[in-house]
Amino acid sequence: MKASFLIGATVTCLAGGVQATEIEVTHWWTSGGEAAAVAEFAKAFDASGNKWVDGAIAGSGGVARPVMISRITGRDPMGATQFNHGQQAQELVEAGLMRSLEEVAQADGWRDVVHPASILKSCEIDGQIYCVPVNIHSQLWLWLSNAAFEKAGLPVPKDWNELVAAAPKLREAGIQPLVIGQQPWQAGLVLQNLIAAVAGPEIYGKVLSEKNLEAVDGPEMAKVFEALQTARELSTGSNVQEWNQATAMIINGTAGGQIMGDWAQGEFAIAEQVAGKDYTCLPALGMGEIVSTGGDAFYFPKVDDPAITKAQEDLARVMISPEAQVAFNLKKGSMPVRGDVNLDAANDCMRKGLDVLANGAIVEAQDQALSADASTQFNDLMIQFFNQPDMTTEDAKAGLKDILEFDS
Amino acid sequence: MADITFEGPYGRRPRSRISAQNIVIYSVLTLVAIYYLIPLYVMVVTSLKGLPEIRMGNIFSPPIEATFEPWARAWSSACTGLNCDGLQRGFWNSVRITVPSVVFSILIASINGYALANWRFKGSEVFFAVLMIGAFIPYQVMIYPMVILLRELGIYGTLTGLVLVHTIFGMPILTLLFRNYFTTLPEELFKAARVDGTGFWGIYFRIMLPLSVPMLVVAVILQATNIWNDFLFGVVFTRPEYYPMTVQLNNIVNTTTGVREYNVNMAATILTGLVPLLIYFVSGRLFVRGIAAGAVKG
Amino acid sequence: MAKSRASGRPFRLFRNINAKLAAIPMILTAMVVFVGFSAWTITYSFTRSRLLPKLDFVGLGQYERLWASDKWLISIQNLVIFGICMLVLSFVIGFLLACLLDQKIRFEGVFRTILLYPFALSFVVTGLVWQWILNPDFGIQSIIRGMGWQSFTFDPLNDGRIVIFGVVIAALWQGTGFVMVLMLAGLRGIDDEIWKASRVDGVPAWKTYLFVVVPMLRPVFVTTLVIVTAGIVKVYDLVVAQTGGGPGIASEVPAKYVYDQMFLNQNLGQGFAASTMMLLTVAIIIIPWAYLEFGGRRRG
Repeated sequence: MKASFLIGATVTCLAGGVQATEIEVTHWWTSGGEAAAVAEFAKAFDASGNKWVDGAIAGSGGVARPVMISRITGRDPMGATQFNHGQQAQELVEAGLMRSLEEVAQADGWRDVVHPASILKSCEIDGQIYCVPVNIHSQLWLWLSNAAFEKAGLPVPKDWNELVAAAPKLREAGIQPLVIGQQPWQAGLVLQNLIAAVAGPEIYGKVLSEKNLEAVDGPEMAKVFEALQTARELSTGSNVQEWNQATAMIINGTAGGQIMGDWAQGEFAIAEQVAGKDYTCLPALGMGEIVSTGGDAFYFPKVDDPAITKAQEDLARVMISPEAQVAFNLKKGSMPVRGDVNLDAANDCMRKGLDVLANGAIVEAQDQALSADASTQFNDLMIQFFNQPDMTTEDAKAGLKDILEFDS
Repeated sequence: MADITFEGPYGRRPRSRISAQNIVIYSVLTLVAIYYLIPLYVMVVTSLKGLPEIRMGNIFSPPIEATFEPWARAWSSACTGLNCDGLQRGFWNSVRITVPSVVFSILIASINGYALANWRFKGSEVFFAVLMIGAFIPYQVMIYPMVILLRELGIYGTLTGLVLVHTIFGMPILTLLFRNYFTTLPEELFKAARVDGTGFWGIYFRIMLPLSVPMLVVAVILQATNIWNDFLFGVVFTRPEYYPMTVQLNNIVNTTTGVREYNVNMAATILTGLVPLLIYFVSGRLFVRGIAAGAVKG
Repeated sequence: MAKSRASGRPFRLFRNINAKLAAIPMILTAMVVFVGFSAWTITYSFTRSRLLPKLDFVGLGQYERLWASDKWLISIQNLVIFGICMLVLSFVIGFLLACLLDQKIRFEGVFRTILLYPFALSFVVTGLVWQWILNPDFGIQSIIRGMGWQSFTFDPLNDGRIVIFGVVIAALWQGTGFVMVLMLAGLRGIDDEIWKASRVDGVPAWKTYLFVVVPMLRPVFVTTLVIVTAGIVKVYDLVVAQTGGGPGIASEVPAKYVYDQMFLNQNLGQGFAASTMMLLTVAIIIIPWAYLEFGGRRRG
């Protein structure tokens, strides 16, 4: 593989790309683990006789997105670009700026191999597939610090309710029961988790995916808002901004629990903590077998150059190939998009996730269910709720209904 | 806030030699100088520490064991995406962007200032007023129409396009400075040249430009700093082969997941700021002189 | 004879033709970019544009939503506080420092360089460094507590009510040196005769500064005002780097609202509506002032 990579590179240098087509790939994976994961794709792609030109730009929404949109609308597109799958790229597709991968998808039977099917569905617009999903990140996890509970003389909770019950004791021991970073999306994540865990996947689908306002008024959601109020009480006093700072508090035992996506595992891995021994991970707050199918996908802008068109197809095939899926997702700490690959090397938490993915309930991630606009408003509403003790759950509910109504 | 107000009361009599007063002046200035140096000190000290030492806390304490490894990493091996060659990749790009942008934007703005000061025509002040309002528009709003404009001109994604963008957005403030400067030059100079039959361009190149060296220095400093520090335009209007150093800096500093290597961040930050800092350290005096020459009479 | 630059005679198109040709880049920039793009932006602020600009008009819908948005109201409030603090403090501190430096002191160059160097650094760097220094766990607060004053609390970045002042501290550090240099340059231009005259008359120095020097520095103040205010209205990078708009949305500013709406929310129409409001405010303040300042006869 290495040899062919070298040959590919040499050919490009000597002949200006007679055989190896250079393709520029834009993405926002810049941290150590992420970059290592992308490198797996690049390696596999280069081995197919093409050349991956890396266009990494850190900062998903704020920085990378204007670049992607500018390049595409400026008619100087990159060969491929990362997007969260879901509604974000839809308009670019509708404007005819992205190419359809339908032919490749049909030829290779993507609809048969991609699991869960819903993840490919979010790439589909008017019956055509426009993106390659590359991974699944579930956002429905509760991370607990075993050390914190030991210090407070308590058993590690098995679900959200036990955490709530343990909170007073944790406070007594000087431990923050629940830590939530101050970035709005982290607060959004809390409500998302509570809806899935407390009200269940069915209500989750009704509220977020279908925007059913009656469901918001229903008895299950009433419990969710009650739990939200509790979460606010539990998180009072947490004073960190970024999610990894919050995770650090779980790692060093100064906080009991954090609600965060599965990418938090990376932090535990770097701190050399072992799942089950040093920390505990509970899918859907330990209250059900539910995962959400957030994740990343790659889109391919329309280009005229047939060589690049061909290379785009090669890249799409590489990304969804079983070998690249395994190599990429192991490094990324996410779950593969196909059910027919084997992740023996996965750690405990990830295996729990894979189990749920295979057998449990699957719900759409916030990005898929809501438009970017509604999603940001949702997050803003939640961070306001968490920061303003005088904001009632009724206010939060009314705000949520406004957002959902506006988005449907 | 509490830590600013200590710059409060002090005497301000000119040129007296009373030593008590001088003591007050020097001690105030020294205190202020220390305050101003603290962040630089923190940056340097942090960049020389190892990560474990940083986690221990106290950002003000000097490194127990100084290491230049973060600097080496920031310059030549920090990864941004797949490219693990640090900031050096973007350094020459930054130079390639900054030099033509500075030259071109200053040339245009000085001609503007000259025309506005010495050759006013009907409507010229209106255009100037529009430019002044333009100075207040957040750049970000302009991204979409600018992409369309550059695309229609056929220079989207090129260095030319980026130079044009820098020229346009640098124009308001630079034009203001040059216009003010040229109005302060004695009118007699201009009149005498006119009597000799020298035309618009002749006066500009033979008289005005040579006389405007102090202002040119100011403009170069301002523009070089702004353009060197620019991130948004460099990344939105070009392609990866032109990405300036600030893009790598962003990628190193701004990673959203994973460990933050604060020492490498700080080293990268200082390295990126080194060029503008050097310009200031070397030409700070000329800067004041240039503004003194131009800014007093408006 | 050649037409004098201040003459107000009627012009024909080819009069002064070289100047007009030379001004073409400026005219194009003013008309195409600043006027044209603004008109474009305003037009699209009445549409439902989301990711891409589309002429799908919704009337004043975007504006109604804008003014109903807490985030926007907080942004404006923050900008007002930030703007007033910045203008007053940077002018006062900048002027006082300039006066101190103008006392024919030794090491002037050293002091000046130290005060000016932050201006060479980008806002991103500034934000990052001050985020650290103001961090309660290892910044100022922990140092003072370490010195034994355990109850000392200075944690602006985590307190939504005062976070904007934390941003002001950083912005002042970055920008005051430049204001100081502008003022210093102005002071250098003041004629020595004025000092002599005031001393002969026995006027106290502070009175000379306040009533003679300050009015003479009006042009410097105007230039500084334009530069500083333009920076205030556009403040974005600093907030992003230092607080990210947080805690929560407590340190949001209008430029960030615009940008986030455009790219994070993918709601161009809303972003354009917000930027139109900013533009309108600026225009209402600037146009009459620019007319008086630059539109009338030029002072020699």
